[in-house]
Amino acid sequence: MSRLLVEGLTVRLPRGADRDNAIENVSFSLASGEILCVVGESGSGKSVTASAVMGLLAPGLSIAAGRMALSGEDLCALSPDAWRAVRGRRIAMVFQEPMTALNPLMSVGAQIGEMWRVHLGLDAAETQRRALAALREVNLPDPEGALRAFPHELSGGQRQRVMIAMALALEPEVLICDEPTTALDVTTQAQVLALIKDLQKRHGTAVLFITHDFGVVAEIADRVAVMRLGKVVEEGTARAVLTNPQHDYTRALLAAVPGLHAPEPRALSPETVLEVRGLTKTYASRGLFRRRKPVRALDGVSMALKRGSTLAVVGESGSGKSTLARCVVGLLGSDGGEVMIGGAPLPAKRREAARRVQMVFQDPYASLNPRRRVGAQVAQGPIAAGMAAAEARAEARRLFTLVGLEAEATDRFPHEFSGGQRQRIGIARALAMKPEVLVADEPVSALDVSVQAQVLALLRDLQDRLGLSILFITHDLRVAAQLSDEVAVMRNGVVEEAGPIRSVFAAPRSDYTRSLIEAIPGRALFGA
Amino acid sequence: MRALKAYARSPSALIGSAILIALLVMGLGASWFYPNDPLGLAGRPLQWPGANPRFPLGTDPSGRDIAAQLFHGARISLLIGFVATSIAVVIGIAIGAVAGFYGGAIDTALMRLTEAFQTLPNFLLLLVLVAVFGSTMETVTVAIGLVSWPPVARLTRAEFLSLRTREFVQACRVQGLGDAHLILREVLPNALPPVIVYASVVMAVAILLESALAFLQLSDPNVPSWGNLIGLGRNVLRTEWYVSAIPGVAILLTILGVSLVGQGLNDALNPRLAGSR
Repeated sequence: MSRLLVEGLTVRLPRGADRDNAIENVSFSLASGEILCVVGESGSGKSVTASAVMGLLAPGLSIAAGRMALSGEDLCALSPDAWRAVRGRRIAMVFQEPMTALNPLMSVGAQIGEMWRVHLGLDAAETQRRALAALREVNLPDPEGALRAFPHELSGGQRQRVMIAMALALEPEVLICDEPTTALDVTTQAQVLALIKDLQKRHGTAVLFITHDFGVVAEIADRVAVMRLGKVVEEGTARAVLTNPQHDYTRALLAAVPGLHAPEPRALSPETVLEVRGLTKTYASRGLFRRRKPVRALDGVSMALKRGSTLAVVGESGSGKSTLARCVVGLLGSDGGEVMIGGAPLPAKRREAARRVQMVFQDPYASLNPRRRVGAQVAQGPIAAGMAAAEARAEARRLFTLVGLEAEATDRFPHEFSGGQRQRIGIARALAMKPEVLVADEPVSALDVSVQAQVLALLRDLQDRLGLSILFITHDLRVAAQLSDEVAVMRNGVVEEAGPIRSVFAAPRSDYTRSLIEAIPGRALFGA
Repeated sequence: MRALKAYARSPSALIGSAILIALLVMGLGASWFYPNDPLGLAGRPLQWPGANPRFPLGTDPSGRDIAAQLFHGARISLLIGFVATSIAVVIGIAIGAVAGFYGGAIDTALMRLTEAFQTLPNFLLLLVLVAVFGSTMETVTVAIGLVSWPPVARLTRAEFLSLRTREFVQACRVQGLGDAHLILREVLPNALPPVIVYASVVMAVAILLESALAFLQLSDPNVPSWGNLIGLGRNVLRTEWYVSAIPGVAILLTILGVSLVGQGLNDALNPRLAGSR
């Protein structure tokens, strides 16, 4: 029988939005003991679907039509009080951001215990006992310690485990997971996915799993619903949808999922354009009353980038890869070692350094000044370097066409562009300085998978045409495999393994690299 | 444009703008409405408002026309408010921007200086400045500006602290742009909205400070300011209270107008609030 039934659900957006309805005529059913993945890109309405089912629609959104039923009971007719009794107890939710989903001022034990205290009225001793059991069940390394810990003392993966323990505390009939692993490292993601699947089997919970990642779908889903612009375009069993997609959009999404196929090895130039030798960077906290242990972000890192090639630096959060990028472009000073670009150390003067190395930033929304025209932001670097203003503006227009935008777009403001277009502007801005080395710091990690593929193709194309040398920082091995010639795997500020990307992925020498490759979601389906 | 529309839709902003425009008309048209010297003797002293049709708001203890002083005073109060606010905002932004952008020792030095100003009650400091440098219009205005900048500096610094690490600022650094460009072209335009809103508070306080000085008869006695008029009415407060009350109401309305404009600006410039309206 179906635990959760959604029929013809339509949620209206406030007037003036880009479309009338956030979701339109969405129907699905979810049986107990089943995992239904709702997949879609940003703006597809998948999160609105989840919040509608939780009765937590954002202000301004309203249900225009349709029916939702939980074990046969109509959810649309519930009063706010009745909703409160349902939420947490019968429908629970795990959120995307484990950093903000827990109250920072309450200990983990108290937060989990609150579930039983509020819903069942249990006393302190009993809630503590149950909280400990719950933390054991989600495999936290030190459950007794975690009970007393505050959220900031736990890692992201541990916090997400606490969230799952809380969500399952009252044995809900339906568990909604809204991108629960998106903010986690790939190895942690694999563990959390396995945990969700295991608990769901044991408790017979029905799980509605929201994600944008087909790799995750392949790992966990029983059935899949693909959403686009508020409509379900395809629904079916995971096997059917993944191996034999019917809708064009599903096919396009699946085709955009990067496999771990490294491109054919190319003949690399013997000339080294960027050399990092024994680079060291320590973050010391300078407090008057409390000195924390200094953190070694980079510990004797060495690597070399050949002219006209791409070197991927791969690592999980905290591996030091972003610190490395910032040291290479001179945004951060290092404590030891040296960075040689074209055989010479990076000039101390900002204006001269700009000719040597440029950077493409991670967040397409934060990396452009919202109050200035994008053309001016591209042209300002060359102007500061001494180019005539008219010439720099003409150059900016030429660069815009080069990265696949219209030349007229130089007169617009950043908010008029989509994320992928903004990242193209960021690339144009970097290219305007004609650098010897381009450092790309997670340039596609904030983009939808189809847009990701386009930006990667653009970088590859630009490399062929302009002979760019790219230092490509990423946490995603699949992305690294798309355009890199060589790879360096970093962990805790040390290069674990480096070499041509094909041989590293085919036969990793280090255990850590192997665990990273094994943790890639959907590896069985999308190929290793 | 969007901010302008949001501003025009806010009722408080419209009321505030109307009050300020009325005051501007009063101030600018003062010489046209009352071409004679407002401080010159006009008639019998202490005539109640309405008692003599020549003086609709009555006369003060020296026999001067209160209405004329009110109109000319609007010019003085707005001028002092505007100039003093400009001085405070310029000093505050300069110090806050440098402190927030560079951080470290420069920040520490500038912030200790700011705190030194903040720990003194600013009216006392103003009294000292006026006592030392005299009480002409110019010195009073500059002195008010000099005691009003610390909150502006703190606000600007806080904005700069969070903006300077943004990726678009780092991108400009990597492009090889100088600090002056980063501060003036990249960070400052993004830091301005809350500072502009706060400037309305500074302006209201500046007008009040001048009135308070004048009430103590420490402001320039040779200009027809509202504060002077209140000060003149002090001795006859129990019998002819209107002498102080009329300019008092004028100050009240001015502050109300400035505050409403400030609130309207806040609603218009704050993107989160603007979206929900």
